[in-house]
Amino acid sequence: MWNAVAQAFLMVFEPYTLFVMVLAAFYGLFVGAVPGLTATMATALLVPVTFFMPPVPAIAAIVTATAMAIFSGDIPGCLLRIPGTPASAAYTDEAFALTRKGQAEVALGAGLVFSAVGGLFGTIVLIVAAPALADFAIRFSSFEYFWLVLLGLTCAVFITSDRPLKGLITLSLGLLVACVGLNNPAGFPRFTFGNAEMTGGIGMIAMMIGMFAISEIIRYVVDTSPPAELVVEQVGNVLKGQWKLARKYPVQILRGSVLGTAVGALPGAGADIAAWMSYAMSKKFSKEPEKFGTGHVEGIVESGSANNSALAGSWIPALVFGIPGDSITAIVIGVLYMKNMNPGPTLFTTNPQNIYAIFLIFILANIIMVPLGILCIKASRKILKVPRNILMPLILLFCMVGTFAINNSMFEIGVMLVAGLIAYLLEENHFPIAPAILGVVLGGMLEENFITSMIKSDGNLMAFVARPIAATLAVVTVLIWTMPLVLGRLRRPRAILAA
Amino acid sequence: MKLNDAIFGLVLALLGAVVLFTVQSFPKIPGQQVGPALFPGLIAAGLCVGGVVLMVRGWHARASAPWVRFDGWVQSPRHVLGLAVLVASVVFYMLAADKLGFLLTATLILTAMFYVLRVPLAKSLLIAVIASLLIHFAFYKLLRVPLPWGLLVNHAW
Repeated sequence: MWNAVAQAFLMVFEPYTLFVMVLAAFYGLFVGAVPGLTATMATALLVPVTFFMPPVPAIAAIVTATAMAIFSGDIPGCLLRIPGTPASAAYTDEAFALTRKGQAEVALGAGLVFSAVGGLFGTIVLIVAAPALADFAIRFSSFEYFWLVLLGLTCAVFITSDRPLKGLITLSLGLLVACVGLNNPAGFPRFTFGNAEMTGGIGMIAMMIGMFAISEIIRYVVDTSPPAELVVEQVGNVLKGQWKLARKYPVQILRGSVLGTAVGALPGAGADIAAWMSYAMSKKFSKEPEKFGTGHVEGIVESGSANNSALAGSWIPALVFGIPGDSITAIVIGVLYMKNMNPGPTLFTTNPQNIYAIFLIFILANIIMVPLGILCIKASRKILKVPRNILMPLILLFCMVGTFAINNSMFEIGVMLVAGLIAYLLEENHFPIAPAILGVVLGGMLEENFITSMIKSDGNLMAFVARPIAATLAVVTVLIWTMPLVLGRLRRPRAILAA
Repeated sequence: MKLNDAIFGLVLALLGAVVLFTVQSFPKIPGQQVGPALFPGLIAAGLCVGGVVLMVRGWHARASAPWVRFDGWVQSPRHVLGLAVLVASVVFYMLAADKLGFLLTATLILTAMFYVLRVPLAKSLLIAVIASLLIHFAFYKLLRVPLPWGLLVNHAW
């Protein structure tokens, strides 16, 4: 093992990887700080570039950029009252109220410091939990995998979305898209309309760029709301007073990080939902809940650590089972396959140095977040003034070239456009998008394990619950399906908060 | 643009029905109960059920949820034009990039987008040319993506 760790150190602390990480950090900070550009979009746009890199720098770029973007999303929330990424939306009003009181540096500092703390906590859980789970999962057969994937999809639909029926429908659409092409157990071309491009299936990266970048550009183009005013001219020393906050709110930091990591690990729920839940939790258990909403830093401390810990948490199921914990890891899984680092328990045994390298990158990214974040806050006035009517067309061009670069195919640019339009229309009508992404990513795996299990058991459905772990997973899945009432009650507080 | 759930339900149920119909013609694998039709068939059946439930819900809510409700931007020609140019740019790129070449197509698209987003024309042209050259350099030279030269093929560098 120590040999592999040493190898991982060499791979990460190589000038090229470090250089990529610094560039990705600035890119992530910028994307997060510009309202309307999200961390998921940052990941989708990175893919065409990482396509041309060795595996470790490619993953380093994505991990660093997303960690930075989730933090820097706090900046416009605090200064303009517009969250830079959805992950900051939960406490944007709180942060802006602090800014109004002349304490912008407290809000930004808490966002920065406790993002790093939460991120490191999530990383530790990832380091401890992922190999242990992989050890356990190595004995899984197609029956267990079938239930595991089904359980993951169930979580995405029933637990993490406010509208289970619409979630179920977008999940079905995603699964149908995954059916297109030759890649099925029978090798029969399905729904290709005789089109040669479609026999290989619908390009996942093209679709992701469409759903996460083109849809945002559409939203910007049709946005009629007036531009927001910047209320502060100068931000003071953001680190001042943070140590005092850490000593005042240790329980909140721990609770936010634990909840964030757990929500992140749950398929379909990412940093944004972690932040909402954690902000609500913070208010509920606070000694002074009446202060929430008036510029009280406690909720920012807790949910700021939650959203960054969720980022690391979502990698746990992604690496061990190939089941994404959020939409960012859904893209990451695609990248892992492209880099021949197929997720699954064997990833931990055949090439452990790659896994250790990922762990190291997480630690490093969360540490460099603090100094680079301070720089970003100092430059925030300039970043927030970048004209978006120039930025958005440039992103559009980048999307087209990036999509083309994956397979040198014009057809995929069309896929990108259609995916963007559909995602925009669905989101406008409150259809959740995350289940669709999970459906696309996991459709092939679900079908393969289902068909393999059917063939092994000669069509006997009892075989699906004959092994103890499979039976347990089956019971949990069925419980979640049949308890929408109970879950509805659990969800309600968040729905009210979100409204 | 907000549509009543019943409209989505109808479209989704129809999609499910079309898929169910299509998979009937998929081949069976001899000696096995499960073929390529089973999995998409199950999903399509689910889609039909979900679509019908949405239709019922939308019908009950028709008093409060109109069939089609347009957002504010539909009344604003500038925003409608913005969306039209956005979609047209992508389609134009797909159709014209091979003939015109990447540099010309990209410059045209950027200028058009800048125009509808109200960037001054001189500034638009300047940024469009520089940005096209930069992206071309990054992808064509550094990442070796075969972006088409088109009309400029004799001046390729």
